This record gives sequence, structure tokens and C-alpha cells, in this order.
Amino acid sequence: MPGEIYFKTLAQLQEALASKSISSVELTRDHLDRIQAVDGRIQAFNSWDEEDCLRQAEASDERRAAGRIKGPLDGIPVGVKDVIAVRDQPLTCSSRMLEHFVSPYDATVISRLKNAGAVLLGRLNMDEFAMGSSTENSAIKITFNPWDTSRVAGGSSGGSAAAVAAGELPVSLGSDTGGSIRQPASFCGVVGLKPTYGLVSRFGLVAFASSLDQIGPLTRTVGDAGRMLQVIAGHDPRDSTSIDTSPPDYSEGLAEKKGPWKLGVPQEYFAEGLDPEVKAAIEAAIDWYADRGCEIVEISLPHMHLAISVYYIIATAEASSNLARYDGVRYTHRSDRAGDVVDLYFKSRAEGFGEEVKRRIILGTYVLSSGYYDAYYLRAQKIRSLIRQDFTKAFAKVDGLLTPTSPFVSFKAGEKTRDPLAMYLSDIYTISANLAGIPGISLPCGFNSQGLPIGLQILGEPMEEANLLAIAHSFERAHDFTDRHPNPAPPD
Amino acid sequence: MRDPHSFDIDYVAHLARLELTSQERERFSAQLGDILQHFAQLDEVDVSSVEPMAHAFPVENVFREDKSEPGLSPERALENTPRKRKNMVQVPKVVEG
Repeated sequence: MPGEIYFKTLAQLQEALASKSISSVELTRDHLDRIQAVDGRIQAFNSWDEEDCLRQAEASDERRAAGRIKGPLDGIPVGVKDVIAVRDQPLTCSSRMLEHFVSPYDATVISRLKNAGAVLLGRLNMDEFAMGSSTENSAIKITFNPWDTSRVAGGSSGGSAAAVAAGELPVSLGSDTGGSIRQPASFCGVVGLKPTYGLVSRFGLVAFASSLDQIGPLTRTVGDAGRMLQVIAGHDPRDSTSIDTSPPDYSEGLAEKKGPWKLGVPQEYFAEGLDPEVKAAIEAAIDWYADRGCEIVEISLPHMHLAISVYYIIATAEASSNLARYDGVRYTHRSDRAGDVVDLYFKSRAEGFGEEVKRRIILGTYVLSSGYYDAYYLRAQKIRSLIRQDFTKAFAKVDGLLTPTSPFVSFKAGEKTRDPLAMYLSDIYTISANLAGIPGISLPCGFNSQGLPIGLQILGEPMEEANLLAIAHSFERAHDFTDRHPNPAPPD
Repeated sequence: MRDPHSFDIDYVAHLARLELTSQERERFSAQLGDILQHFAQLDEVDVSSVEPMAHAFPVENVFREDKSEPGLSPERALENTPRKRKNMVQVPKVVEG
């Protein structure tokens, strides 16, 4: 097929496979070559198994030749954030704690990808245990931004975003606890979707903050995000928070004649700290929606300024509890220095966890500890209710909210690592969606004067992904931002 | 009742079963002090009539039928165990004697 294969969309590749103008083996081989060529510079992958990938691709080609394809992703290479279990593949969470762990079973999203015929291509780098906003907290490597390799890819799903942006993969899966899909998508100039809490099963996703975590796709286009969501969404009896309903047809929202919508602009998202070039790009996007007949309504989310505090109390509390399972006994790193079994816990955890994970375990343990529980954790849960009410009130008036995804574009590696609070504050526009459980999408809406991508975030009502995709798609098809690609230089 | 200066890093690290170096103790104490000071903004909100929210969507208890289903074999379940003997996890001595 004409043009560079690396930057084709999922839709184009599905068509090429269906028309037999390319085989899955060729497609997979091309992507493996691309990884070989650029990943030394990007460092998006923690691991991949070339032979296994080609075996999966061969099996797909045989199915297609026999007229027995399994589903919409048959033969398509998909990358997976290194926090989701794929049977017989490593699962490190980019942590020394799980350095040698191999998954004994598949996550539900992986079973769904396999049932759809996907070629599971490799494991993508992330901040350790998904804690971070730059992928600099990985114990394995830093992932760099394909648009400027002195800058970060964002996080925590930095590998998932950078691999798609650099043409190493057409689509990937990430996870989003406070913006970990949307922010790296924004930094790398790709599309990232965080679904409604409970729409996608968390079974087989290593838990960080269970009431906030959600798996979602990173793709080149909004339509591709809908195609991936169609495969991974749906009820799972093995996740007790899974919503018991059948997902709608997400491709319907991509029909030409949708809208105009009533769209809200939350004034709190445009306060101090917002980079002027990001602000200008978002305002231009808002103007575009207004010009095509959408009613733009100024909205107030009065508890927004509390979201960071609420989030870092709830997320660290849940993390301190979830990460108690890494005790050095059953399936993790075990210290050689330990005297007795209690000492084994202390030393294995000291050796296995990196600095940010330790910091969050300490903070989470503190806010849950006797005498402080009511003042921090319980109070945060109450304010979480108020934050959700703010959104419920907003969505009574509008169909979606338009905001920046991040207050700034990708920053230089090392720039924010010394000040954890400053790093936490960078999640300001994404975390409230996790607290409220609502879906959010980030899509490219421009580039700054240095050529770095800027992301537009659209937030929607719970379970209204089809509508969210339609709003995002209408903007995307009228612009050419998703047609631009970085050209990461080969390693020196 | 809440005084960020009273943050006892050794006590909390003990609760978390986490051995910290003296550098980590010093750094975390200072950084967490800053973060807790930021959290103090939550004190300004009147939450007396607000219900706490544990989950994005209120879900009732989810039950399944009480019947066994196929699971991992002991060998498979113990594949990642650092030290084992006869399908059992081996740990250092727990009780003296």
C-alpha cells in the first residue's frame, strides 16, 4: 500500500488487511523494523518478543486465507502498557519489584483483544506502578518525546503514547488513574481516551488506586479510539465494579451529521498557570465549535481547586493498601539481606520500590493512620462527592466540556523531578474526571511555536462515550493535526 | 489535631513495612510536610452535610453463584515465587525454637 505504513490509521490498516493488499506478517514485520530503527531513541518499549509476534501474525494470515477471521483487530499489532497482564509475557510495572514476573493469565481486556484477533506486540514503558506524569519514574528507562527527544513523553502511559506517535504501533492500551492516558496523548500529539469508570474491566490490570483506575486506548484518530473501545468495553463478572450493560455502537457517533452541541467552558480551567500558547490553541478550538453552530456556555466547577488535594489523598491511600501485597514472599523481588520474615517485608520493599512509589506509600499510610483518617481520607471522600455534583450540575446544562488537557506542553527531561508537588499540580485538568468517574478524551488541537503538540480535552457524561467521540471527531475531521508526524532522529 | 510538623516518618514507615535510608527519611519528611500543607485547603470546606463517595458509581454487593470454577494450577500459581519447596512458598524462620 502507498505511503509509509507506520503512520496509517487503524481503519486504513483494517481495510488493507481485508483487501489483502498487505498481510499481517508484513505489517508486523514493518512495525518491528520501525521499532528497531527508532526505539533506541524513544525508549517506549520495555520488551517485545519478535518470534512470538510473527507467530501470532502468521496465525492471523492463515485465518484470513481460510476466511475465518476472529474479529475487527485480526492481524493488527497492538502494544500494551506494562501494567496489564498478558499470559506468558513479562509484567514489570516498570518496577524492580516485578523485574522477573511473568503473567500466568490474561487480563479481560487482553482476552478481548485476542478474541478480536490482535497481534500483541510488546510491553510499553510507564512510570513505576503508574505513579507519575512523565515516565521518568520508570525503574527501567525514561521514554522520550518523539517530537523532541530531550523532552518527556508524559505519563504514566508514556510508552503507550510515544510508541503510537513515533509510528512504532498503530494503537496501544494505557491506563488512566489521574490523567495517565490523556496527558501523554496530549504531549505526544495522539488521541487518548479514558472511558467511564466501570465501562472497561480492570481484571488483570495491576491495581494502583482501584476507585480511579480505568483502561483505555491511545490511537492516531478519534475514530480509532472508538474502534478500540468497541473491542475492550463491556461487562465482566470478574470485576465487581464493572457496569452491567451492553455498550452501544461507537461508530454511530462518527456519522457526518451530528451536533451542533451545547458545550461548556469551565472558567476554572483557564486560571493562572495555563501556558499562553496552550490557552490560545484551546480558545481557537472553542471558537471553531462556536462557528459551526455550537452554543458555548461558561460553566463553573466551584470545587475544582480542591481536586489535586482530594486526588492525592484518595489515590495514595488506595495505593498504600493495594501495594501491601508486594511483600517479598509470593511473587515479587525478595531481599537476600533479611534475617526473619518481618525483616523480609521491610527489606524487599525497600529494594523493590522506587522513590516515588515509596513517597506515595508513606503519604497514603499516613492519611489512613489512626487519628488522621477522618481529617484526611474521610474528608477527601466527602469533597469528592462535591466534585462529582459540580459535574452533574454542569451536564444538566451542556453535552460536553472543552478544556486544555495539560497546562503546558511536554517539558524537558529532569525539569520537574526534584519537586513532587509541582509534578502533582501538573495533573490539574485531568484528575477531576477520575474522581467523578466521567469519560474524557484528549486530541491534538495545535502545535506551539516550537512545534510541540497541544491537546484539547473533552469531558462527557458517564456512559456517553459515543457522544464524546462524535464531538471530538467533528473537530478532528475539519483539521489536519492528526496528519502530522514527528521524525525522531536515529540514535547517534 | 493536624499539624504537619508532627509528621513522624519513622512511625509511618514502620506501619508501611518500609525500610528507609536516612536520606529518604529526611527528604520525604520535608516533601510530605509541603504536601500536607497543601492539603490544609480542604479544611476550609463545610462537609457536615455531605455523604462520602467511595466509588464513582454506587454499586451494590456483587455476588456470583457459589460454585467452583477452573483456576490456576498450584505449579502455575507458584511460577513467580522466589523460593519454594514442594509447591509451598518458603520463607525465613518465623518462630524461634
